[in-house]
Amino acid sequence: MSDVTTKTILEVLGLTVSFEQATGSTKVVNDVSFEVLEGETLGIVGESGCGKTVTVLSILGLLPETGTIDSGKMIFEGRDLAKLSVEEIRKVRGSKIAMIFQDPLSALHPLLPISTQICEVTMLHRGFNRDEARLHAVRMLELVGIPDAEKRIDAYPHEFSGGMRQRIMIAIALSCEPTLLLADEPTTALDVTTQAQILNLIRTLNPKFKTSTVLVTHDLGIVAQMTDRVAVMYGGRILEIAKTSDLFRAPSNPYTKALLKSVPDPSVGRIEDLYQIPGTADFSVVTHGCAFAPRCNRAEQSCREELPELEQVSEGHYSRCHFAKEEYLSNQSKH
Amino acid sequence: MKVYIFKRLATIIPMSLLVVSVTWGLIRIAPGNFYLSEKKLPAAIKENIKKKYGLESSLVEQYLMMLGNMTCRFSDSDDSEGAGLKIAIRSRTLRCFDFGYSLKYEGQSVNEILSRHLPYSAVIGLLAFLIALVGGVSLGAVAATRKDSRVARYLMSLSMIGISVPTFVLAPVLVLAFSFGLYWLPPARWGGMEHLVLPVLSLSAVYLAYIARLTRTGLIEVLKSDYVRTARATGLSEARVVVGHALKAGILPVVSFSGPAIAGLLAGSVVSERIFAIPGLGNIFVQSVLNRDEPLTLGIVAFVSILILVCNLVVDVVYALIDPRIRFGER
Amino acid sequence: MSSKTNTNGTEASGLTPRYGIWSRFKRNRPAVFGSWILAIVIVLSAIGPAVFGWLTGISSDYIPSSVENGALVRSFPPSLTHPMGTDDLGRDLFLRVFEGGRISILVGIFASVISLLIGVAYGATAGFFGGRIDGVMMRIVDMLFAIPYLLIVVVMMSLFGGNNAPDAVKQVTEAFVFLTNALMSLAGASPISTSSGLFQIFFLFVALGSVSWLTMARIVRGQVLSLKNEEFILAARSIGVSTFGIVFRHLIPNISGPVIVYATLTIPSVMLAEAFLSFLGLGVQAPYSSWGSLAADGIKNIAVYPWQLVFPGLVMGMTLVALNLIGDGLRDAFDPKSSKS
Repeated sequence: MSDVTTKTILEVLGLTVSFEQATGSTKVVNDVSFEVLEGETLGIVGESGCGKTVTVLSILGLLPETGTIDSGKMIFEGRDLAKLSVEEIRKVRGSKIAMIFQDPLSALHPLLPISTQICEVTMLHRGFNRDEARLHAVRMLELVGIPDAEKRIDAYPHEFSGGMRQRIMIAIALSCEPTLLLADEPTTALDVTTQAQILNLIRTLNPKFKTSTVLVTHDLGIVAQMTDRVAVMYGGRILEIAKTSDLFRAPSNPYTKALLKSVPDPSVGRIEDLYQIPGTADFSVVTHGCAFAPRCNRAEQSCREELPELEQVSEGHYSRCHFAKEEYLSNQSKH
Repeated sequence: MKVYIFKRLATIIPMSLLVVSVTWGLIRIAPGNFYLSEKKLPAAIKENIKKKYGLESSLVEQYLMMLGNMTCRFSDSDDSEGAGLKIAIRSRTLRCFDFGYSLKYEGQSVNEILSRHLPYSAVIGLLAFLIALVGGVSLGAVAATRKDSRVARYLMSLSMIGISVPTFVLAPVLVLAFSFGLYWLPPARWGGMEHLVLPVLSLSAVYLAYIARLTRTGLIEVLKSDYVRTARATGLSEARVVVGHALKAGILPVVSFSGPAIAGLLAGSVVSERIFAIPGLGNIFVQSVLNRDEPLTLGIVAFVSILILVCNLVVDVVYALIDPRIRFGER
Repeated sequence: MSSKTNTNGTEASGLTPRYGIWSRFKRNRPAVFGSWILAIVIVLSAIGPAVFGWLTGISSDYIPSSVENGALVRSFPPSLTHPMGTDDLGRDLFLRVFEGGRISILVGIFASVISLLIGVAYGATAGFFGGRIDGVMMRIVDMLFAIPYLLIVVVMMSLFGGNNAPDAVKQVTEAFVFLTNALMSLAGASPISTSSGLFQIFFLFVALGSVSWLTMARIVRGQVLSLKNEEFILAARSIGVSTFGIVFRHLIPNISGPVIVYATLTIPSVMLAEAFLSFLGLGVQAPYSSWGSLAADGIKNIAVYPWQLVFPGLVMGMTLVALNLIGDGLRDAFDPKSSKS
C-alpha cells in the first residue's frame, strides 16, 4: 500500500494480562509481542475470547477493574506505556493514541450533545477555546461525512444512525490527529453496506493524518482489504504474524489455515461443505503446550506438552508451531 | 414541551379533585357524623348545625357544593363571609379555592389555617430535601467511585441503617444525644436556626440514605458503560469522567425518586413536627383527622395533592431536560 | 469484553439455575447476616415470651413497683430480671417488645401478601393483554401513584379504625378468631376474643395492603410485557404449547425472581408505615402492641426512661435492616448482573 518506512510507532513486548475471577486469575493475554510501524495498518484477528480486545485495551490502560497487566512493555515515543502514571497516560489518551469501539450505539454518551463530546477532547489536549473547538469539530464532522454538520453538531447521539455514530466516533478519535488509532471491531455492529463506508473512511483518513492503525477484527475479509500486516491470535497468544499478502499466500500455522478454509466462498459448494474447525474455543482447558492442540488436525504429543516458539519462516513472517517450516513449505509446493 | 406542561397542568385539576372526592367519600361513608360527633347535643342546636353546613340537602348536592367551593363558583352577593380568592366580574363575584371554615378552630377559615401553618412545613421540608439530595448524591458518588474501599463499605452500612430506622426513632435519639446529652441544640419548638437542625436532620436521614444508595447503584452501572470507557479513552481526568459524564446518567434514578421523595417528606414531616412540637401542616393535618374536622382535612388533602402533583410534573420536566431521549407525549 | 465472557462462561455449568440463586445468596455475607438476625427475631417473637415467662415467672401483665423518695416508681431500667427494663406501667419490656414483634411482623407479611396478590393479578392482566387494556390500566396506576397515599391511609385508619371497621373486615377477623381458638383449644391454651383492637389490626392489613401494590403491578406488568415477546415464549408457542402452559411453565417461573425480591422489600416498607400509623395513634392499639406503638409510648418518656424507646426502636431497626439486606441479597442472587462487577 503506502510507502512503509521502518520507523516503529509502538512496540509491544511480552504483554501478559490476567483477569481476576471468583475461581482465581486467568491469563487472557499471554506473552504477546508485536510492533506497529509508521503509517501502517496492523490487523489483529482471532475468534472472540482470544484476547485481541484486551490486548488493545491494555495499550491505553483501559482494562476493566478485574484485569491487570502482569508483565510486558509497550514502548511508545520512547516511554513504556505500562509504567506511565495515571496523569501521564491520560495525556496520551485521545491525543497521541485514540480509540474507536465496537458498538457505536453505546460508545457515545446518550445525554450529551455531540458538540460537547468532540469539543471536550480538543479543548483538553490542544488547548482550543470554545469557539475554536467548535469550528474544528464542525470541520471534523464534515470530514467524516456528516451531512449538514454545522446544524447537526448540537444533536444528541440517538438522533443519528449507527453508521453515523461510528463516523462521529471516528471524528472524535481523529480530532487531535493521533499517531496511533486503535480500532476495536469498528464495524462489527454495523450492517454490511455501512461497514464498507466506515472502512473506506478509516482507510482514506489515516494517511491524511499520518496515523497508524491497529485494527481488531474477526473478519478475514476486512483483514485482506484493510491491513498491511496481520497478527493471528488464539488463546491469548499470537500464533502467526506476517505481511497480509504473505499470510494469505502462505499461511504457516494450522490454525491460520483452518481459519482461511472456514471463510465461506459463494462460488464453491453448499453451506454443508463449509469447513469447520473441530471442537470449540475453550481456552481455559489448556494449561501447557499449544493452545490450539486440542482442535488441531496435525497435533502430536509434543504439541500438548511443549509450547512452540514463534519461529521465523521467512522475512517478517513468524509462526508459533512445531511444524511452522513444514507448513510454510507445503504452501510453496502447492503454488 | 410547553404543550406537554400545559396538558399536565390541566390534568392536575381533575386528579386533585379525585383525591378530594375519595377523601370526602371516605369521610361520608364512615360511621358517625363529623359535624354531629362529640357529646349529645340538644335537637335545636343540631338543627342549626345542619342548616349552617347544608347537611339538610341531599348527599349529591352537598358533594357538588363542596366541589364548587373548592374550585370556583359565582356568588351574587359580595358578602365578606368565606375565604379564598375573590374576583369581581361586573356585579357578580367569582370565588375560588374557598375551603370553608374549620369546625374546631372557631371563626378561622381553612385558608387562613393553611397559610399560617404552611411556612413551617415548607422550610423544614425544603431544607430536608436539599440536604438529602446534595448529601445523598455526593455520598453515593464517593461510595461508587471507591467501591471497594473501607469508606464505601462504612457509608453503605450506614445508609442501610438510615433507610431502616424510622424517623420517630431517630429523632428522639438525636434529641437525647444533642439536647439532653450534649446540650448543643434545643430539643423542640420553633425559633432560630438552631431549632431547625434536629427536625431537618431527622427528616432528611431516610431520604439521604436512600438517595445515596440509588446514586451508588446507578453510578456503578454507568461507570462500567461503554461511553464512560470512551470518555476515559479520550484522556479526560477521572474527576471529569465521573462528574461530567457518569453522574449525568447515574443521577437519573435519583431524579425519578424525587417525586415520591417529596410526597414522603410531606408525610414524614407529620412525625418530625409532632416530635419537635412544630406547628406545621403535618401536625395540623393529623389533629384535623383526629378532631374529625372535615373542612380542614379536605382542605389539606386538596392542597397537598396539588403540591405533590406539581412536584411530580417538575420532576418529569427535569428528567426530560437531562435525558433528551424522552419525548413528551410518547409515554 | 468478548474475551472475558468466554473464558469464565463455565461458571456453575451443570447446576440448575435455582441452585445458582441459592449459592449466590449464601455467598452474600450481609444477606446471610440479615437472615440470621431475622431468624432470631422471629424465634424470639414466636416463643420468646413463653420461654421467658416460664424461666422467670413474669407474664406480660405482671406489674412490679417500688416506692422511692415517697413516689411510686414503675419504670425500671434494664436489669437481670427485666433485660429491657419495664414500661411506665411496670410491664416487662422484653415481653412487650417480642409480643409486639408478632404483630409488626404479621402486619408486614399480611399486607405484603395482599399487595402481592393485587399487584401480580393487576400487572399480569395488563401485561398479558397489552394494547388498550394495558394503556388504561397503567394510566390508572400512574394516577394512583400521584396520590398522597399515606394521608389517605391516615384518614382511612381514623375513620374505620376499631369498631368502625367495614363488615367484611369484621367477618374475616371473626373467622380468624374462630380458627385460632380451635387450634388453641387443641393446644390447651386460653382462647382469644374479638375486640376492636383486633378489628383495627385486620383493617390495618387491608389499608396498607391496598395502597402498596402499585409498584408491584408495574414490575409484574413490565416483566410480562418483555417476556411475552422473548424468543423462548415464541419458541414455546411455535411448538404448540397451550396458553395455560405458557403462563404457568414459562411466564410465572420467569417473573418470580423480581416478584419475590420486591415482595421481600415491601415487608420492611409496610412495617415502617405501620409504625408510622401506630406512632400517630392510628395503628395498633391497646391491649395489642407493635414496635411502632411501643416506640410511640417510649417517646413520651425519652428524657427520663430512654430504654423505653431504645429497645423497641433497636429491635425494629435491626429487623428492618435484616429484611432490607435479605431483599438486596435476593436481588443480587436472582440477577447477578445487577451489582457484581
